[in-house]
Amino acid sequence: MPSSNRIPYEAPTEEGRFGDYGGRFVAETLIHALDELTRLYVSVSQDPGFQAALAQELKDYVGRPTPLYRADRLTEHAGGARIYLKREDLNHTGAHKINNTVGQAMLASRMGKTRLIAETGAGQHGVATATVAARLGLECQVYMGSEDIARQSINVYRMKLLGAEVVPVNAGSRTLKDAMNEAMRDWVTNVDNTHYIIGSVAGPHPYPMLVRDFQAVIGQEARDQCLAAEGRLPDLLVACVGGGSNAMGLFYPFVDDDGVDIVGVEAGGEGLATGRHAAPLNAGTPGVLHGSHTYLMDDSSGQIVETHSVSAGLDYPGVGPEHAYWKDLGRARYTSVDDDEALAAFRVLNQTEGIMPALESSHAVAWTLREAARRPPEDIILVNLSGRGDKDIHTVAGIDGIEV
Amino acid sequence: MSRLGERFETLAADGRKALNTYIVAGDPSPEVTVPAMHALVRGGADLIELGVPFSDPEAEGPTIQAGIERALAHDVTLADVLDMMSAFRSDDRDTPVVLMGYLNPFLRMGYEAFCKRAAHAGVDGIIVVNLPAEEAGTFRGALHRRHMDLVLLVAPTTTAERAAYIAAQGSGFLYYVSYKGVTGARRADARAVAKRLTEVRAAARGLPVLVGFGIKDGASAAGIAPHADGVVVGSALVETMGCTAAASIPDRLQAQVREIRDALN
Ligand SMILES: Cc1ncc(COP(=O)(O)O)c(C=O)c1O
Repeated sequence: MPSSNRIPYEAPTEEGRFGDYGGRFVAETLIHALDELTRLYVSVSQDPGFQAALAQELKDYVGRPTPLYRADRLTEHAGGARIYLKREDLNHTGAHKINNTVGQAMLASRMGKTRLIAETGAGQHGVATATVAARLGLECQVYMGSEDIARQSINVYRMKLLGAEVVPVNAGSRTLKDAMNEAMRDWVTNVDNTHYIIGSVAGPHPYPMLVRDFQAVIGQEARDQCLAAEGRLPDLLVACVGGGSNAMGLFYPFVDDDGVDIVGVEAGGEGLATGRHAAPLNAGTPGVLHGSHTYLMDDSSGQIVETHSVSAGLDYPGVGPEHAYWKDLGRARYTSVDDDEALAAFRVLNQTEGIMPALESSHAVAWTLREAARRPPEDIILVNLSGRGDKDIHTVAGIDGIEV
Repeated sequence: MSRLGERFETLAADGRKALNTYIVAGDPSPEVTVPAMHALVRGGADLIELGVPFSDPEAEGPTIQAGIERALAHDVTLADVLDMMSAFRSDDRDTPVVLMGYLNPFLRMGYEAFCKRAAHAGVDGIIVVNLPAEEAGTFRGALHRRHMDLVLLVAPTTTAERAAYIAAQGSGFLYYVSYKGVTGARRADARAVAKRLTEVRAAARGLPVLVGFGIKDGASAAGIAPHADGVVVGSALVETMGCTAAASIPDRLQAQVREIRDALN
């Protein structure tokens, strides 16, 4: 319920600024491609034909709308506020990532690009990109850190089955940030025929804006579904934050609903105090990485530091610039959950609801369990269950000492 | 005017092309850098571009990435690079030096603090790969107050209109990137570069234009130079740094630069 005297939220600026954050910090070679993408995106966002085609694709191919599910046994387990799960795990390919890749692949087709590239951490974005590439008959290469290739082997094989080439990245920490460097290098080289599908609300303008808008279907549906089920909006939204796309997708349509609290959950890794985590909004400083000015994890001389999380999709030293802006504005609060607590929540959701969450999403569930216990039963918490956990079975089994 | 302006005036008066040479500070180890810089000058380099190591060099190819990794293995920081600069300047007051890097280390030190220390160390300008003209205003202001240049880049994908805008924002010289891609990936295509440079030089309105990326030796330098005010050689020198015993690096670099200088003359 926007109060009448408040100016509705509007960001970014034409230059891609979210307050002090965002912008376009890339090599000059890419500016032309970013300008072209921005122009196209602005035109299709007002084009009813494009919007109708996208909606159709989301319905028939992705399987939207996803349910908003009242998790009664999870609620009982937490002992407090009523918990709803937005079931992005039920999307085709098993996570929210495909909402964005379907949209961006349509943009790529309009630009006449014949090749798609992507970076991936957990492999969900890589799978979602390989999937739309197969669907449209486009060539596809996915960059992935060699450490992530080892811990997300199921998704690596899925991408290969889909006809994509997975390119291992051995530089730096061999995780998502290094994969993103390599994808940028590819794009600089092949910009004429290639579209780079960035998988989160990160990167140079217009990516944070367009990925947010493609993911906003999550929040639009959830808002309507909550009104239908409860006759009112939720009290609190919760989502995990890696780059921040599932979180921004849920949060953005609620930005002007002042009564709705918003919490993003970062990866606490081995604990914030150890320094071995992936929580730039909690423990980082503003800087520039991968095309935008945002919170990131660096040392006192400005080198980006290695991050740690049991969840490959959250193991990233930066975060989308709009989250940095919301943190400073106070529109959202950002907390963290460590590996152990996320793993515990993974088990709880399996055993109370018969739902296996991705380890990324388990961070959101874990913080919700804590918070729900502190709130009265009348309160409604809406959690984004960003993906399913099949891809993580090896990791969890390994922790249990079981070989599968 | 910084040393860059003076150097380009002298070169123009002599009818010579500028040879700009790039190495990574701290590669393969910190004590090599200052002797290596002097060797570049002895070989005939007119300018030095000193790379500031950064953990995520997203526009570099494998050769320069490896050089940066060798430097980072010694934890070389921007502050260390400025110390190397001061040491170089105690023996060379004339050769212009431009630092080349990525924005975050400069941002972390703070624009004002960096500019103060850099001016003191005898730095003449900087090139920041991931700082396009639109984002450069604040940093440029701080640099100009200390009489240092912000060198901007123009790419094959840059429109003529935008090249003029970039040239107007930059100073020192204009860096034309010869191909779409990362450093060291391939040879510069002299015909394609020549075609484009007519337009870029018109847009530059007298600002010297140097061509970099894909210039590896005397032959490739001589092919490009007639169309520009000078050339930049990087990956080929960094390659030498990676495969030469530290004690032999200055002599090897000097000979390598000499071969290119001779081909340009
Ligand atoms: C299921 C799932 N959730 C969340 C994320 C984190 O990304 P983001 O913060 O952009 O939603 C990933 C990334 O791989 C993911 O696979």
